[in-house]
Amino acid sequence: MDIRIANVRKEFERYPALHGVSLDIRSGELIALLGPSGSGKTTLLRLIAGLEHPSAGAIYFGNEDASHKSVQERNVGFVFQHYALFKHLTVENNIGFGLKVRPRKDRPSRAEIRRRASELLDLVQLSGLERRFPAQLSGGQRQRVALARALAIEPRVLLLDEPFGALDAQVRRDLRRWLRELHDKIGHTTVFVTHDQEEAMELADRVVVMSQGRIEQVGTPDEVYDQPSSPFVFSFIGESSELPVTVCQGKVWLDDRPLSVPADGVPDGPARLFLRPHDVTVVNESVGAIVGVVTATHRNAGLRRFDLAVGGAHHRIEIALPAADSRDVSGRVAVLPRRWRIYPAGERYSKSQTDVVRGGGASGSVPISGRTGAHEPAA
Amino acid sequence: MAVDALQPATAHARAATGETVGVRIALIAVALVFFGLFVFLPLVVVFLEAFQTGVQGFIAAVTNPDALSAIRLTLIVAAVSVSANLVFGVAAAWAIAKFEFRGKSFLVTLVDLPFSVSPVIAGLVYVLLFGAQGYFGPWLKDNGIAIIFALPGIALATIFVTFPFVARELIPLMQEQGTGDEEAALSLGASGFKTFLFVTLPNVKWALLYGVLLCNARAMGEFGAVAVVSGKIRGQTNTMPLQVEILYNEYAFTAAFAVASLLALLALVTLALKTLLEWRFGDEIAATNGH
Repeated sequence: MDIRIANVRKEFERYPALHGVSLDIRSGELIALLGPSGSGKTTLLRLIAGLEHPSAGAIYFGNEDASHKSVQERNVGFVFQHYALFKHLTVENNIGFGLKVRPRKDRPSRAEIRRRASELLDLVQLSGLERRFPAQLSGGQRQRVALARALAIEPRVLLLDEPFGALDAQVRRDLRRWLRELHDKIGHTTVFVTHDQEEAMELADRVVVMSQGRIEQVGTPDEVYDQPSSPFVFSFIGESSELPVTVCQGKVWLDDRPLSVPADGVPDGPARLFLRPHDVTVVNESVGAIVGVVTATHRNAGLRRFDLAVGGAHHRIEIALPAADSRDVSGRVAVLPRRWRIYPAGERYSKSQTDVVRGGGASGSVPISGRTGAHEPAA
Repeated sequence: MAVDALQPATAHARAATGETVGVRIALIAVALVFFGLFVFLPLVVVFLEAFQTGVQGFIAAVTNPDALSAIRLTLIVAAVSVSANLVFGVAAAWAIAKFEFRGKSFLVTLVDLPFSVSPVIAGLVYVLLFGAQGYFGPWLKDNGIAIIFALPGIALATIFVTFPFVARELIPLMQEQGTGDEEAALSLGASGFKTFLFVTLPNVKWALLYGVLLCNARAMGEFGAVAVVSGKIRGQTNTMPLQVEILYNEYAFTAAFAVASLLALLALVTLALKTLLEWRFGDEIAATNGH
């Protein structure tokens, strides 16, 4: 089932939650809505489900406009963050609930409902727990019962709200892999919400990065990591450091030192240089390099990490070297970025800068990278 | 030596939140005296007085036609007002706990109103509305409908007084439970009514039962509001509490206490029922956040 979200706006009584969001979800795709809390990702999921209705815009299921359909009519499988299992019903009856409440003419027989429930329990690998109550299950088991219950109604699309949010780390990793396998097996169009980038990057075919009620970027996990289209995406996904620089005719200046990083296509004026800690090389020659003083060092698993104070304003950046690289890094250090991106200053970036209007003010799914003039050197 | 060193330590070993023996005894004694004086003794006296002239006297008192009529009326009024408040209470709690709307806090206050208004005033209001000189009095009289000094008036007054019990019991629980389960049921295709029947109601069944028990106890025992609207016609509009008062004022102590003992018995049965439920379904009640 293709899902098309066209210019959807949602305003709650006091605050807007989504500002004109457009998104195409392809049939059979596993897609993640990723963003910090308050970014509107759960609102978007609930709009797709029909638990909320858009203030403007439309949501299409295939070719049919589903915007004004009720949640019952949309036939979606929704897995809630805290599972919302019915406490007074056994696992079997929880799973069969969606079938049991159908109008008499569409309702399968009791035996059939039972058979389907046990089939689904098989699928989620919980056979034998039919008679248990939700209170007698572990978190991971509840999660899977919730999933089986959502699948029982043969939904057109599967929606999961922070599916692993309430589980501990180990269970979370296992369930993540298991969910991916399940998705590949049953092939439902699946949308899940998460604030955990690792989860989104590992699980999803495509990641929708959201911030402040807008879509910042849509792309495969590789695309959003390697070609972040906005400062927000760069800093939200993966580790990053930022330096304020000035661009003048394609050349980049840090304070009054030129850096040997080209910035073709970036308009003249103040700009922001983003780089990742592991994408730098320590060099001996300080000409054209970022020069800083090491203020702290940490050893973290396979990496040695250094905090550098750069320039007169002591901008803090972080660099990371493989632990095997045992050269002495202390005092003044010069580093050259291997990969970086430069964005003109004034790009909307963090929550505190809500008033900065993004150029064009178009809807969130328009690819932004071209407009920002972000530059990536050939590797 | 080692034992000596340990002695003082063990003597002072008590929980950080504990009290000294003296304080403990004093506090327990105060609690017991209060309990005995204000709860236990009156209850005992009621039953002692009821049986003062023996079992025969007791039976004679409660099988007196007026007493029987009072018992019947009380049961009818309780049945009517409990079922009415069951419907109103569930509807009000459902609206208040599950939906956001303008004037919600006003509605909550309104639900509590009968608790803060004197029952006598409640009764007077109904007299003012439906009495012979009341707003609707003439119309009612023309159409041959009797409300005041008749069963409908008594039922109305009782409904008013017992209105908050069911709603008050349900609102906090329903608010705490939120709308997650309902959303889940709706997303699975259940209609609003089926969601209510299969999800909302089972989630609050214990609170609902408590609400009904309390509502019932109060409905049977209500005096003030009923006294105003009933007219105290013996054998017709006297409920049990009114009957007790009349008998007592006539110095028919045994008869008064016999009827009173039935009311007290009802209270005890209600309590026993509540305790039994808690004991029998304690785990389940805890699981659904009941009391």
